[in-house]
Amino acid sequence: MRSLFRYLLNNHAFLLFLLLEVLSLVFVFNYNKYQRVKYLNSSNRIIASVYNSFNSVVQYFELTRMNRSLAEENAKLKSRFQMTNSGEIITDSVSIGTFQTNPNYRYISARVINNSVNKKYNYITLNKGRKQGVKPDMGIVSHNGIVGVVTSVSESYALGFSVLNSRWGPSAKLKKSGFYGPIEWNGDDYQFVKLMEIPFHVKMAVGDTIVTSGYSSVFPEGIMIGVIQSFSQPEGESFYDINVKLATDFKSIYFVEVIDNMDKEQLKQLEDLIKNGASNN
Amino acid sequence: MVRQTIKYILMFVGLVLVQVLILNHVQFSGFVNPYIYVLFVCLLPLSSPRYVVLLLAFLLGITVDIFSNSLGVHSFATVFVAYLRPFVIRVISNREEDRSDYPGLKQNNWRWFLGYITIMVVIHHTVLFYLEVFTFSNFFETLYRVFLSAIFSIFVIVISQFIVFRE
Repeated sequence: MRSLFRYLLNNHAFLLFLLLEVLSLVFVFNYNKYQRVKYLNSSNRIIASVYNSFNSVVQYFELTRMNRSLAEENAKLKSRFQMTNSGEIITDSVSIGTFQTNPNYRYISARVINNSVNKKYNYITLNKGRKQGVKPDMGIVSHNGIVGVVTSVSESYALGFSVLNSRWGPSAKLKKSGFYGPIEWNGDDYQFVKLMEIPFHVKMAVGDTIVTSGYSSVFPEGIMIGVIQSFSQPEGESFYDINVKLATDFKSIYFVEVIDNMDKEQLKQLEDLIKNGASNN
Repeated sequence: MVRQTIKYILMFVGLVLVQVLILNHVQFSGFVNPYIYVLFVCLLPLSSPRYVVLLLAFLLGITVDIFSNSLGVHSFATVFVAYLRPFVIRVISNREEDRSDYPGLKQNNWRWFLGYITIMVVIHHTVLFYLEVFTFSNFFETLYRVFLSAIFSIFVIVISQFIVFRE
């Protein structure tokens, strides 16, 4: 017994080393579970407030660019408003892009306080949280297009996957033909993603628009994702290899909107009902 | 003693802030991510107990992890390099000369310091980058990233020795 204690005492450094490394690996392998733990990521109140205060200083240097992008957004909205108000040409059913007048969706404006593009798994931290109604699994969009999805929230901050995260991809479709597939990011270039699972018989052209499919409750249908940059038919496969240039410039996003789907609860209840019904039979 | 402790606390906070607020956003062609916070582990007094070094390394790693949403990756690499530190020092200090307890640039000759920092940073970056991508499939691409980033990190660390940690 005594020799055991002496052994432990003599090798305490090695044992501590093993313990800490195993603990780290447990964290690495259970990223999903711990990502949801709110105090171990950058939506943590203390961590996020560090980012927030740093960001509130740095943002002064970006004011020119911010103003320009806000002015562009204004112009875009104005022209759309004119279009819908200009009379008989366009009637009721026009709703394109981010700003649909769908009452089932509510938009919460937020400022990006931390964001990265150079990792394999990129995250985005926002300055709105539970207090402002932000919940996990809400979509994040900018005026140019899709940005990401909220994964965890604290009292007044939120953390989300950005599209540039290989652990998550939105469901997308070709706007023209309606064929849909998942979006994937391979970790290389922050401007490009890939659209998967589009079969060879679908016709497409460079420059075609890719939008969200609306098949999940995260995003409404028709939010801009990007345009086709190039596509090819790899030999021995049955799906296209499509490069999509993202509409959102992830290096300059300052303000975003979080989308609250008011029907989500109902949809979920309905889905659960069907699932439970199926398992009962 | 108290002054030393305060100095190390300030160094810890300073390095973490510089890392997460500035260097995490540095990006040249998507390859170079300098990680200089490991300097804290390098500069701990050589006489400090090993369990203290290991625990501080874990605390440092997990702090950077929480800031950059990569739980476990940085703490693994930092604890790893902290455990190897005594061996690294033994290997590069071949002669029994009077070694200062503080392994900074001023207290040692620059060749010793550069060798020490280079080995520590390269080990740290290698472990970190391979654990981050978690595959050996793009082995050489990752290796390229390791070396580019390591060179940049070493450069920043040496510069910082002239500007900040002068005493």
